[in-house]
Amino acid sequence: MSTQLKVTVAEVEALTPLVKRFRFEAADKTPLPVFSGGAHITVSMQDGARLRHNAYSLISDPYDGSGYEIAVRRDDQGRGGSKFMHEQIAVGDTLTISVPANLFQLDLRARKHILIGGGIGITPFVAQLRQLDMIGAPYELHYAAHSRDEAAGLALLPQADNILIHVSQDGTRMDLGRILADQPIGTHVYTCGPETLISAVAAEAAAKGWPASAVHSEAFTAPPPGEPFEVTIGSTGQTVQVGADQTLLEALEEAGVPINWSCRGGACGQCETSVTTCDGDIEHNDHWLSEADRAAARAIMPCMSRFRGDHLVLDL
Amino acid sequence: MTLQFNDETFRGDYTFHNSPHAVRRFPFPFDRDSYMYSVNIEQHPGGAAGTPFEFAFDVDEHYVSEMRDRAITLAEDAQRCQSLPHMELAGWDLLELIMVSKARDYPHWFELTRDGNAWRWINKPMGVDDSFTFLDASTLPYGPLEYITRQAQGDFALLNERDGNLWLDAGMITSQADWSLDFDVGMNFFEWHAPVPKAGKMGVFDKALKFLLAVNQGQSYRRLNWTMTVNPRLDTSPENYHKWGPEKRSITPDNVGQRQFLRVELQTFWRLPRSNALAFPIRCYLASLEDLCTQPKWGRRLHRVLRDIDPDLADYKGFAVNQPTIVDYLSNFDDGAPTSQGIYPDASGA
Repeated sequence: MSTQLKVTVAEVEALTPLVKRFRFEAADKTPLPVFSGGAHITVSMQDGARLRHNAYSLISDPYDGSGYEIAVRRDDQGRGGSKFMHEQIAVGDTLTISVPANLFQLDLRARKHILIGGGIGITPFVAQLRQLDMIGAPYELHYAAHSRDEAAGLALLPQADNILIHVSQDGTRMDLGRILADQPIGTHVYTCGPETLISAVAAEAAAKGWPASAVHSEAFTAPPPGEPFEVTIGSTGQTVQVGADQTLLEALEEAGVPINWSCRGGACGQCETSVTTCDGDIEHNDHWLSEADRAAARAIMPCMSRFRGDHLVLDL
Repeated sequence: MTLQFNDETFRGDYTFHNSPHAVRRFPFPFDRDSYMYSVNIEQHPGGAAGTPFEFAFDVDEHYVSEMRDRAITLAEDAQRCQSLPHMELAGWDLLELIMVSKARDYPHWFELTRDGNAWRWINKPMGVDDSFTFLDASTLPYGPLEYITRQAQGDFALLNERDGNLWLDAGMITSQADWSLDFDVGMNFFEWHAPVPKAGKMGVFDKALKFLLAVNQGQSYRRLNWTMTVNPRLDTSPENYHKWGPEKRSITPDNVGQRQFLRVELQTFWRLPRSNALAFPIRCYLASLEDLCTQPKWGRRLHRVLRDIDPDLADYKGFAVNQPTIVDYLSNFDDGAPTSQGIYPDASGA
């Protein structure tokens, strides 16, 4: 089995004005690998001269190899990947995707699982709750959205007593204090969504004495655009220009500099690159490097992070 | 492919033996004339036809007798197979991986028929024909891990990933090089490797863990590890040290060629789909010094490796007490000629 899969687009559906669901099936009609709830794939997109690889959580039944489904929120302020998916991808197109990988798996030791999704952060939980149903584990899912118009989760979630919808517009804001109170010993909580939601859950859990190992989160944010910058490859002296809507990783790939990668979201650590000279400031946007690494400016995660300054030399 | 399965024992009268074919395909672990730890990892499966690397799970002439030996060990000590409650799903993943691989690679011996979750598994060498419901443990005579590893050579560890670490939370361990599942179960990667000398300081484990955490579905890998065992015994466990430990003192210049074995572990790494656990099969191959020295390249190389090895490693690998006798014996097969690169015997060697 290869780590790349050729798929055709079988369905495209607008879930809300901002979110589209895509279904992929294997181009050769063979079953796709099954996966675990919380897994993501990267989708490769040939956007003009630029090859993008964007990561998306799988929302389909993890044990169903007949197809994979993702939900993509259009972000017009982003680097263009979600816009490309929304505008350029249609039923019948062929795409290359990665095999599923999981950086946000369920802890199956938990006596109970509490899943908290904010906005498009609902996606990993859509597959996880199918897995929880299959293994018969107790759970409750809380889905928070600003308005019904952008609440793609409403179309993706089944109706059940343990699936609770909180829409600010309707006045049913999520009360984290109540959700995390009086849960049985051995409960784990998982949060996916904006950083503000993740840190609010972490703070509430800490205040209530939850063990840190029972608090999980995934901030699978897309790499932000920024100002153009330049880096130097230590081994060759080659300089590489990074465009405003390009990541450093994409620029290195375009320049033919070999580099490992997996999640492209600053979480897996595969693309960590040592820095030999840093005359300026690295804008760290990843969840991988420690505070000490950042303070010493000795490494950068090219999939997420950018540079502002005069001279950055990479140990590549 | 016609292959006779040996009728042999791995304890008591020790009738284990390698055919000339089995010797030629032995996974000799040394690719040069010296040894130190390295993260010696390659993609798996993949290798020339007939090598132990060709297929995902190698089935060789020892298969039926090894499974009989495992059953004896389990009957005496049920704790050799353990699975913490959250690991049952990983057990099913492993069962599927092994059944699918063996039915694909050895269709004359193994058949798997699947209709949704209604599965039928036929294992001809062991006389098994079972129908069961996938993901329903009540339809099998054992849990999924124990069921399939009673029919698969080698030890199997299942590692749960959490908190950026790997946890040894399930396993079938009956042919181990002196470590105990009952002692290690529930430990993390650094804890269960704590007894290994030098490697921690060398940073080997940090690198290895980082590598393992990045293993994805569709990318499986292997490495070879080795040690030395007196007599062809699979169950060299701490629990039974009183049975095999004293045998180390039975080596003499006259019997060292027949009774001293090189023990090689073919370790493979697999990301499992539903559980996101890692499977870590540890397949044990045994060959006597006498058999190994039928390949001139191996005789020369093994002499140089064991003569020059770091004393801490000779001690850890359990052969320091017999090292002079072993090296004396092997020196008869080393004329000082250069050896070719790689682990395979020379074409003229047989």
